[in-house]
Amino acid sequence: MTWEAVVGLEIHVQLKTRTKMFCRCENVWGEEPNTRTCPVCLAHPGTLPVPNRTAIEWAVKLGLALDCEIAERSLFHRKNYFYPDLPKGYQISQYDVPLASGGRFVVPGPDGDREIGIVRAHLEEDAAKTVHVGGAAGRIHGAEASLVDFNRGGTPLVEIVAEPDVRSGEEARRFLQLLRQTVVELGISDAEMEKGSLRCDANVSVRQAGEEGYRTKTELKNMNSFKFVADGITAEVERQIGIYEAGGKVVQQTLHFDPQKGTIAPLRSKEEAHDYRYFPEPDLVAIEPPTELVDRARAEVSELPGARIRRLEQEVDFDLAYGLVTSGRDALYARVPGDDRRAVANVLMNQLAAADVDPAKVNGEELGKLIEARETIPRQALLDALAASSDAGFSADRYLSETTVSDASALDPVIDGILAANPGQVEAYRGGKEGLLGFFVGQVMKETQGKADPRAVNERLREKLGA
Amino acid sequence: MAPWNPSRHSGSGSQPAEAAGAVIDTLRLTAEAAAGLLERGEVSGDELAGAFLAAIEARDPELHAYLHVEGERGEGVPIAHKDVITTKGIPTTAGSRILEGYTPVFDSTVAARCKAAGLPILGKTNLDEFAMGSSTENSAFGPTRNPWDPERVPGGSSGGSAAAVAGGLAPWALGTDTGGSVKQPASLCGVVGLRPTYGTVSRYGIVAFASSLDQVGPLTKTVRDNAGLYALIAGKDPCDSTTVELPAPVVVPEGTDLNGVRIGVPKEMNEAEGIDPGVSERVNEAIRLAEELGAEIEETSLPRSVDYGLACYYLVAPAEASSNLARYDGVRYGHRAEVDGDLTALYSRTRREGFGAEPKRRILLGTYALSAGYYDAYYGQAQKVRTVIAQEHAAAFERFDVLVSPTSPTVAFKIGEKAENPLAMYLSDVLTIPSNMAGLPGLSLPCGLAEGLPVGLQLIGPQFSENTLFRVGHALEQAIGFDYVPERLR
Repeated sequence: MTWEAVVGLEIHVQLKTRTKMFCRCENVWGEEPNTRTCPVCLAHPGTLPVPNRTAIEWAVKLGLALDCEIAERSLFHRKNYFYPDLPKGYQISQYDVPLASGGRFVVPGPDGDREIGIVRAHLEEDAAKTVHVGGAAGRIHGAEASLVDFNRGGTPLVEIVAEPDVRSGEEARRFLQLLRQTVVELGISDAEMEKGSLRCDANVSVRQAGEEGYRTKTELKNMNSFKFVADGITAEVERQIGIYEAGGKVVQQTLHFDPQKGTIAPLRSKEEAHDYRYFPEPDLVAIEPPTELVDRARAEVSELPGARIRRLEQEVDFDLAYGLVTSGRDALYARVPGDDRRAVANVLMNQLAAADVDPAKVNGEELGKLIEARETIPRQALLDALAASSDAGFSADRYLSETTVSDASALDPVIDGILAANPGQVEAYRGGKEGLLGFFVGQVMKETQGKADPRAVNERLREKLGA
Repeated sequence: MAPWNPSRHSGSGSQPAEAAGAVIDTLRLTAEAAAGLLERGEVSGDELAGAFLAAIEARDPELHAYLHVEGERGEGVPIAHKDVITTKGIPTTAGSRILEGYTPVFDSTVAARCKAAGLPILGKTNLDEFAMGSSTENSAFGPTRNPWDPERVPGGSSGGSAAAVAGGLAPWALGTDTGGSVKQPASLCGVVGLRPTYGTVSRYGIVAFASSLDQVGPLTKTVRDNAGLYALIAGKDPCDSTTVELPAPVVVPEGTDLNGVRIGVPKEMNEAEGIDPGVSERVNEAIRLAEELGAEIEETSLPRSVDYGLACYYLVAPAEASSNLARYDGVRYGHRAEVDGDLTALYSRTRREGFGAEPKRRILLGTYALSAGYYDAYYGQAQKVRTVIAQEHAAAFERFDVLVSPTSPTVAFKIGEKAENPLAMYLSDVLTIPSNMAGLPGLSLPCGLAEGLPVGLQLIGPQFSENTLFRVGHALEQAIGFDYVPERLR
């Protein structure tokens, strides 16, 4: 039997607007708890929300990037439920008339493009952050105390609901990484899963290939990295297949992913059942984005990461193209001249990434010279050059003038000194432990600070040790 | 002539001498006259506020119009705020135990505007808990009594503000009106009350009851005072997205004729069952007076608005209230029940102890009306009916400038008379609710006495017609010559 996973993703993106969604509190991460609050976001009696214009513009932009229709008139609704992190007792969200709907997002893969439908993208406010103290794994159940930090309360969020078009954990990871890259490039969010500025829930079910309709789904929560999203979905898909193959039934429930153990466990059912009693928010008027605003936003949405991967794939392979785009290095890649495109991509994705320099600040021409000469200059010189490549006024010339030391007259004194200092190893080598050659090479490289030509060193060492 | 400026005051407010001898009759003194005294230096701001505080000390133990006497001194005409109007540093309880001890850290926009105009706060007035009621008996802190007859209610929910003005305990006051909570107590206390067009006065800092209906309105002794205070509080507020700029400046009325004014008399609102005969007589006399002053009078009809208005209101208002009152959870401010550990227990016990019977009743009604499976039949349907009511009124205003009716079907009733019968109490607002559902302005002014108690005349206009209501109200007020000082206190 062939099973197929059916995964619908729900993504929350925190917008990095200067102020919160409905008040003028600063919208920042990591400050002292409860220092970015005001009567509005603490829901003092009589306070009223005033929508953040920038948040609306950015949500329109994101909607357009997702190829959605932007509603000429959309409404805020109240989603009512009680929880300490929700000071008003309701979240201002959108319900039946979202800001953006009916879009699609193309996710390229090694075997071609996958088009994921976008049901909707809407604006809402984030809840505050609750910290449960003294219980197991930060859960409310069994906690001694719960503390609320209202700094996060009221942060603008865009909720994106995708069609159940994703077919694997790996595909979900790619969808999310590309979505992340998209919002980062739009300049509207930091979209960091570890910080919670990008969050993902997944509705998971499975069915047999060719089967119509959907089977019972479960909801996976708390997957706070791309890897956990892939792992969580993969584990849940396997679990469900196992249940069906054993003749059982999947129960609809919300599951909590435990990143430490990599396991999934059901949330207490009490935390689920809700009747949110949605109704139109009477404190706000309808959102009616003017045509000029939508046109301007459309003009600001440039070529999407997915399309760029497809384009780059013509020059390098899929993995390199994917890596360049999702790491935001493809703009630099385009600025670096050189015929060997794979070499350029490799250096950008490996050595340059390891050097931790800001790709935006690197001079492409100079970097091109380095990559061109990468085999003729000492390894350490290349690494030093790459590390310095984002400095202002960086020039490759200084590093290019350095050459590797391959002259025997220069190497021999070093090699002789090392052999003299390690008589035991020399004896062992001569006794048959030829694997020790690497040890001697390493010592020479260390002594010469990486400038020795490895081939020449090998040659001279064999000669001397063989004597 | 320019309107009188309510924020105008003497540059030398503490000027003593000739003022010292002035006798301030707080029962009779209008805000406009008080401003004149201040301007001419005949009394100081201190003396003016002092006279009202002395009156409060003398008569409020009986009337209980105030929940909190602040006694600010200043150089303008002092004011009283209904206790849903948030005042920075001054307790604001909404008449509820759940907000007992809560002191706001910010000013509502209307309080800030009054403050900026130099009006010192006398105190915070009593009300039905969270403005839910028509008699002020639902206050958690005891009822207010009607200055005309202390055995009777002042109406509600702005009963404290109405009683304060009628009883000479404030020259003017602010109330809020959701289903008639300014107009109805104004009627029962013999003062002038305006419920403005929805969106003309900021709700920022008004403890919310039903957001799509709540409006702040002035309670005053005269129509001119009312226009003066409305001019001060009205206008767009960046903190309230539902506010708009007034299409025209407020005009304080002067004329005494009604030439060219077309007045419609909706028969359902004037012949409804339950209207006291004495009330009908006074209202009919006022209508005849209007005709003598030059108005054209014609009967009209608002059948669906009257038939469905009340039912529609009792779906929309409780639904919004059930959500607006969710924030009183014991977590951040106000009352918190003593519980050990359990979140649900914290919520349920806090709210059980903190809310009185009427808020609980409306939270239940509203929660039900919004629940899955019931929304379309109740809240959704009510919103459609609301549109029908607005359309019916709009059609009437193609033919008329103003519609008239009694404000309340009855004069002030006895304390306790309707307290056990919520439905009878709800009917108190049957005539004020329909135009409120349509977002329209309404002015109640006294038009005489029945059984020795004031009768209120309701004038309703299209959106933004406050100036027309003031003009018609002022002309009728002059013609009627009602003495707003309660007979027993003259």
